[in-house]
Amino acid sequence: MSFFLQMLVTGIVVGSVYSLVALGFVLIYKSSDAINFAQGEFLLVGTYVCLTLVASYHIPFILAVLITLVFSAILGLVVERIVLRPFIGKPVISMIMATIGLSSILAGLVHIIWGHETRVYPKVFSDKPIQLGEVVIAPVYAWSLVIVVVMLVIFTLFFKYSKLGIAMRATADDQQAALSMGISVKTIFAVAWAIAAIVSAVGGVLLGNINGVNSSLSTIGLKVLPVAILGGLDSIPGAIIGGIIIGIIESMTGGYLDPMVGGGLKEVIPFVILVLILMIKPYGLFGKKEIERV
Amino acid sequence: MLTLNNVEVMYNRVILVLKGMSMVIPEGKIVTLLGSNGAGKTTTLKAISGLLRSEDGEVTDGYIEFNGERIEASDAETIVKKGIFQCMEGRRVFEHLTVEENLLVGAHTRKDRHNIKEDIQKVYRYFPKLEMLKNRQAGYLSGGEQQMLAIGRGMMARPKVLLLDEPSLGLAPLMVKEIFSIIKRINEEEGTTILVVEQNAKIALSIADYGYIMENGRIVMDGPVERLLENEDVKEFYLGMSDKGRKNYREVKSYKRRKRWL
Repeated sequence: MSFFLQMLVTGIVVGSVYSLVALGFVLIYKSSDAINFAQGEFLLVGTYVCLTLVASYHIPFILAVLITLVFSAILGLVVERIVLRPFIGKPVISMIMATIGLSSILAGLVHIIWGHETRVYPKVFSDKPIQLGEVVIAPVYAWSLVIVVVMLVIFTLFFKYSKLGIAMRATADDQQAALSMGISVKTIFAVAWAIAAIVSAVGGVLLGNINGVNSSLSTIGLKVLPVAILGGLDSIPGAIIGGIIIGIIESMTGGYLDPMVGGGLKEVIPFVILVLILMIKPYGLFGKKEIERV
Repeated sequence: MLTLNNVEVMYNRVILVLKGMSMVIPEGKIVTLLGSNGAGKTTTLKAISGLLRSEDGEVTDGYIEFNGERIEASDAETIVKKGIFQCMEGRRVFEHLTVEENLLVGAHTRKDRHNIKEDIQKVYRYFPKLEMLKNRQAGYLSGGEQQMLAIGRGMMARPKVLLLDEPSLGLAPLMVKEIFSIIKRINEEEGTTILVVEQNAKIALSIADYGYIMENGRIVMDGPVERLLENEDVKEFYLGMSDKGRKNYREVKSYKRRKRWL
């Protein structure tokens, strides 16, 4: 039983980080109907920037994270301006291709700048495990969960109540009509990209603290795509719940099935689920239904 | 206050839609723009509100002037800020937002954020039905309610000029009457200048001060509403009447009256 609970908690924590990164997919999909295949590389860049600040410049972790957030926001804005802006109004597929190109460029840059051996964060969180009944949680897991929950709450409030958040949802609904309200659709796109880069960076920093950092961390980007699709590509609550579901399934597979088959199953399961979901619910669990009045 | 002079609009650099369109919309009045399908009414509105660009259209000749400023090259955002707001054809409410959120989006460009609550209440006074539905997703409203929401959303921007594109589209006659009486009230009580594009000439002429009739991308006739209502061509082609009063199918002639303005 305690093993089960242990796996459950691990799953929830990792899943919550997935949720955060999935939020990036959802935002960009909602605002521009495109899927950002460079999400994983955003995550990678953010992680390395934070690592460099902490390890090489000995900046306190919290401050380093804040600087990373600012850096990521700027990265998102620059990428949107240079790479994506020319594609506004062009077929979505060309925008998606551009993000694939972007992911190669960013991955290459990361290789050039930071090399490819695995590096670890200097110890930020204490090693002393937290005992919760039968379950033992490493502090880094507990903090990850707290940080993710805080960020998700902030974004939920942002979309529900802030002027910019409501404008973003309006733009997702009907771009032309949003334009006629005097909303600058360009600004909305830029903000979406900035937020996508920010959430990826936070996700990356957390995962980096848990597992160490190397360039394979960017595959998280692809792994999170099933999360976003499971929840429904255009649903923010969907991304959150989808992330936790995938996290738990992954951790359970790793705990119970992997020893039986000799490992590796846990990497595959998210994609198996992706295929199943697409067969049964093409819009995902919480995907936006087209409202049709007849 | 709003003047179009000899405006030419081209889509995709090939398709000439407006061919020298001129009209004047005086402050505080209701002006209606009538015409058949494809005459260029919606294009005229979009040329004013700056929404052409997202559809690859542009003003290639002539100018549009608002309070002495040229606006034909400005983008939609700037024009909304200057006080011209278009309610697009087909209502176009934000379906997944609630009624109240839709109203908030209407006020997007407003700087005086603290007056917004008051203005929402004002919209509810004009459209009491919206207040009952304020937490409902706009996509599930009926056509009439959505049209009310679209107009209310326009009021939230506190525009000087409200451009309405076919507010009667797809609505029952009673609802059309109700909506138009509210449009009239908005004009009288708020002093908003209104340009309304309509297929339903009868109802549009009933509230307007001045009318323009458009065909093939240009104005073919204009005048105060009283004069238009007396014109034989307008009666025949827009109000469905002939000189003997209402037309009867039994007496339909095999030839058509020619439009005198062609």
